[in-house]
Amino acid sequence: MSDSAPRPIPAPHAFHGGLHPPENKALTRDQPIKAMPLQSCYVLPLHMHIGAAAQAVVKVGDQVGKGQVLAQATDFVSASVHAPTSGTIVDISPHPIAHPGGISAPSILLQADGEDRWAERMTPWVDYQDISPAQLRGRLREAGIVGLGGAVFPTAAKMATGQTRVPTLILNGAECEPYITCDDRLMREQPEDILRGAAIAMYMIGAERCLIGIEDNKPEAIAALLEASRSDPRFEVFSVPTRYPAGGEKQLIKVLTNIEVPRGRRASEFGLLCLNVATVVAIHRAVTFGEPMTDRIVTVTGEGIARPENLKVRIGTLMSDVVAEAGGYRPGVDRLIMGGPMMGFALHSDEVPVVKATNCLLALRPQDRPAEPAPQPCIRCSLCAEACPADLLPQQLYWYARAKQFDRVVEYNLFDCIECGVCSAVCPSHLPLVDYYRFAKTEVWAQEREKSKANQARERFEFRNERLERIKAEREAALNKKRQALAAKTTAATDDASAAPDSSDAFGSYKPASNGAEAPASMDAAVEAARARAKARREALDADRAAANEQTPVQAQQKQISKSDPP
Amino acid sequence: MTEYVLILISTVLVNNFVLVKFLGLCPFFGVSKKIETAIGMSLATTFVLTLSAIASYLTETFILEPLGLTYLRTIMFIVVIAVVVNFTEMVVRKTSPLLHNVLGIYLPLITTNCAVLGVALLNVQQAHNFVESALYGFGASVGFSMVLILFSALRERINVADVPLAFEGVPIALITAGLMALGFMGFAGMVKV
Amino acid sequence: MLTAILVAAGLVLAFGILLGVAAQWFHVEGNPLAEKIDAILPQTQCGQCGFTGCKPYAEAIATGQADINQCPPGGEATIKNLADLLGVEPKPLNAKNGEAKTVPLLAVIDEAVCIGCTKCIQACPVDAILGAAKQMHTVIASECTGCELCVAPCPVDCIDMAPLDTGLAGFRFPEPKLQDDKPQATLAEPAHV
Repeated sequence: MSDSAPRPIPAPHAFHGGLHPPENKALTRDQPIKAMPLQSCYVLPLHMHIGAAAQAVVKVGDQVGKGQVLAQATDFVSASVHAPTSGTIVDISPHPIAHPGGISAPSILLQADGEDRWAERMTPWVDYQDISPAQLRGRLREAGIVGLGGAVFPTAAKMATGQTRVPTLILNGAECEPYITCDDRLMREQPEDILRGAAIAMYMIGAERCLIGIEDNKPEAIAALLEASRSDPRFEVFSVPTRYPAGGEKQLIKVLTNIEVPRGRRASEFGLLCLNVATVVAIHRAVTFGEPMTDRIVTVTGEGIARPENLKVRIGTLMSDVVAEAGGYRPGVDRLIMGGPMMGFALHSDEVPVVKATNCLLALRPQDRPAEPAPQPCIRCSLCAEACPADLLPQQLYWYARAKQFDRVVEYNLFDCIECGVCSAVCPSHLPLVDYYRFAKTEVWAQEREKSKANQARERFEFRNERLERIKAEREAALNKKRQALAAKTTAATDDASAAPDSSDAFGSYKPASNGAEAPASMDAAVEAARARAKARREALDADRAAANEQTPVQAQQKQISKSDPP
Repeated sequence: MTEYVLILISTVLVNNFVLVKFLGLCPFFGVSKKIETAIGMSLATTFVLTLSAIASYLTETFILEPLGLTYLRTIMFIVVIAVVVNFTEMVVRKTSPLLHNVLGIYLPLITTNCAVLGVALLNVQQAHNFVESALYGFGASVGFSMVLILFSALRERINVADVPLAFEGVPIALITAGLMALGFMGFAGMVKV
Repeated sequence: MLTAILVAAGLVLAFGILLGVAAQWFHVEGNPLAEKIDAILPQTQCGQCGFTGCKPYAEAIATGQADINQCPPGGEATIKNLADLLGVEPKPLNAKNGEAKTVPLLAVIDEAVCIGCTKCIQACPVDAILGAAKQMHTVIASECTGCELCVAPCPVDCIDMAPLDTGLAGFRFPEPKLQDDKPQATLAEPAHV
């Protein structure tokens, strides 16, 4: 009994603030991962990640195989979308997506053919050390790998650290939010896959050690990873005290290394890279088997679900199907939340697809949630500042966001807020603080967009004025030349009274109405008649379109605009 | 040496021109809505106060006193201050048109800032030499600036807070200033100047 | 008596000359403030403020000829920013110039009805309409500012204003409403007791 079971290393540091909500993980922590059966219909939104939206490369009617690229990554920070199963593309149009605003976004509708036939997979690279890190990053990009901890940042872009070698890889197995157990089960059931994926990631960034942070409410997962990493001294398993949000990237980095990564700087600049355990498993599958990201583990839980469990769900499965697979709703459920109770958001409908960010579906009845009394005035107790894990001043952010002084809110580091919800949870006045910060963030972004649009409009306006002046000057010059030529001609005897139309006219044979002067009065009747004809024609056209259920140009414009997401 | 330090402590804290002597209240309330304008006003007033303290001293020592024209003191000091303020306004307009427009009417109103004339007259009354006069003026402006900036920071927070309707705006600002003055009474008696 | 007059006059003359020289040194060309104001305005160039574009309106504000609340496309946000910049109180939008838009609008040409007369092209202040005489006209959606200047000139009435959909990237969270909040005073509706 000399070398007893290896023990995890206690986390050396702590992060500021945080709180300890009731865990409620008992519902699903002992449910093994179950694969969800094939469904008939899948909806793949084109924008499931941070960065530029993917662009569809298939059209309606195409037959696709499982894993086939449906939409290509566009920018450097972007990810591809792949088919979760084989079938036919039925539609490419806006479809309701999982979003706090209940909006729709361009999505690809796939009708499964039931065969689940793979398309041609990418080349398996079992000996990944023979492949260059740049090529491996290209593989991750092709495979549509994004961070599965909830941030869905494209992993290929995250791991593009340039020439800098990153000596330490951190695996985030904290899973601090209540109810969620998908990472817990993954660590217990597939520890070797996690370590293989981590090894690939370490090779890609040149890391020599790997720190695995797991909260201490998951002793089995800690034991599993300790056992699996026994023979590899590069891996160090840390037991992190259970405290929400220890799983936040910056918080976990602080806990394990005492390094605080400022906003705007990357962790790689400090020699660290943090990846979720599910992400490294996806890396392993992409490199070793050539499989793109087509599924993820979702914890379907809550006292409002008949059979809470952890399901392996294909991306694009409708959430109503997932809930049905878990036994359906129990009576009295009034809220379906995507994510956990702290950072998740209530869905407007369950007819929305599971996306790469969906780590949990939580169905709650009113009796399962703490009572939400009406908000009262802020008493300036600063409990929020004591609890903020990002060391912000939520009270100041609240006051200025409420007064809409957004420049001050940004000065108080609004964009460092990770929206973890701890401040709202501890507020004795039950203020919806995080709602204010989300409001402030989108207002600031909207203002920046409007400003850049205004600058563009100004440039175009000034250029137009210059253009009109130039045309005027040119016309003046040409006219003067003609007058001089005319004067010369009259002195030489013959009269040339014709004034040829000015060929430098920018508008062809129409003269611009520069000061609003219209055509001579005798044209009025003809113009009126033309207008009446056009009006009648327009009304007839509109009636035709309404009858044939076609779109008017305005509606077509709407569709066109919503198809192309502005960058 | 200690006298100079004492002069500074006295003008900045113990006998603060705004909260203890109650001079210069007009810009104190007028320009303290935002911290940025308060900082700009502080810099302008520091420049004006120090320069006019020196200029007033020189005028008194080399023109008024030798020629026995001390009865012209008030008028000449005001002329000197007006000139310095005018000069400052030109400099501000050149270097920062934004600050110039923000300060607006309050920049020329430094002329009528009783703290500036007060410093000049008090320098004569207390028979300061050149260095002492300059330090007195500089210390007064530092005290003014410090209080102005502190007050503007308070006012910014008060303006976004839940103030009862009857007190919104100037009334709560006056109460706050009064409370600050109460606080500064704690320094009373530390330095006898 | 005479000395007093001579000294006073002499001093004042000297100061006057000094200020005159300084005025030359620190002379400022143009009105840089107008550019700062122009940077805040929305650049719709719609003319609803009564001026021929955003720059003339900015210059009018800078010289004090126009008030800050004349711009409907800018709405309350622009009035507030102008008030902050100039250090004045924000006011409600002047309703005579039009209503502030709740959603951004986009011009759309019904191509089946368009006759290719180019009148809208000439009206658009930012050249957002593509086309030529007797050729199809269309609005470049990303350049249209929603100023509505093209709607009136069209002889066949084929231009409509449609709400602009900013999609996923343009989603804006609504302002949280608290039940216990006293009615938020907006610029349009000052709070009543």
